[in-house]
Amino acid sequence: MASTLRVNPTRMELTRIKRRLVTARRGHKLLKDKRDEMVRQFILLVRENRALRQEVERELSAALNSFALARSVTEPELMEEALLYPARNIAIDMTTRSILSVRVPSIRVREETMRETTLSYGLAETSAQLDGAIAGLADLLPKLIQLAEVEKSCDLLADEIEKTRRRVNALEYVMIPQFEETIRFITMKLDENERGNLTRLMKVKSMIQERAEG
Amino acid sequence: MADKGMSMGAVGERDAVLCFKAIGMDVIPTSNGDETTRALFTLVSRGVRVIFITEKAAMEAPEALKRYQSDAGVAVIPIPGSQGAGGYAMARVKANVEKAIGADILFNNDEKEG
Repeated sequence: MASTLRVNPTRMELTRIKRRLVTARRGHKLLKDKRDEMVRQFILLVRENRALRQEVERELSAALNSFALARSVTEPELMEEALLYPARNIAIDMTTRSILSVRVPSIRVREETMRETTLSYGLAETSAQLDGAIAGLADLLPKLIQLAEVEKSCDLLADEIEKTRRRVNALEYVMIPQFEETIRFITMKLDENERGNLTRLMKVKSMIQERAEG
Repeated sequence: MADKGMSMGAVGERDAVLCFKAIGMDVIPTSNGDETTRALFTLVSRGVRVIFITEKAAMEAPEALKRYQSDAGVAVIPIPGSQGAGGYAMARVKANVEKAIGADILFNNDEKEG
């Protein structure tokens, strides 16, 4: 049973609360629709996220393994030296798009930075495994970027869904019942006053009648 | 800044993240939670918007990860480290499903099917 709001039982208050109840009901319906659509979008995204992650984890582990292999056959100093200054710098453009007014990132790699060579070292002192490992990693890059985009979107969407769900529940189980209860309370109080008035009038009328007859 | 574009970065154990340097990412090797937190902050202040972090480093600095989780401008993404995938990143995906839907419907279904 919802508690009533602490308001004066007057007609003005009743009209005000009735108006608030209408707004709350409309808001509740809208938020509920928003939540349902967000959940639908989220499920699609999270499925993609999971598939991508499985794929990336598998391929990245393989690339890192071959990198570890390359490290084992190269001297650590030479390795550091070879990778110290990269041959290219990947530049990305991060814009946002909107899923039901949740701003999620959209990441694109700048094509011109991808065209440059990946190998930052001479071929004399490093092993062929290293070339392979780096090439493998460079091939994996588009998937890594896609994973970043999808996973971040899922993070943000999950946050927003949680917030919306709280709002929907607060409206449905707290605000709306509270308004209904308050409306009931004010109506009953007003009716009671009306009945009291009526009885008083009847009583006064009968008293006047008695006096006139007597 | 807009002209140069934004860059990508990697944080985590030296063995795992060094190769990301070769493909043009901004890399900071770390060995403990404090270093990871500092590295994340440094990269973000340098304008790095997508940061890959190894699972081990991510587990050592949960607060830092949480800080950027709701920030739409920075994506911190866990990746398997030199020891391979430990399930931490997948658990995060699962936690997201639980947070959004209330119950883990996707993963449970698949386990039953499998």
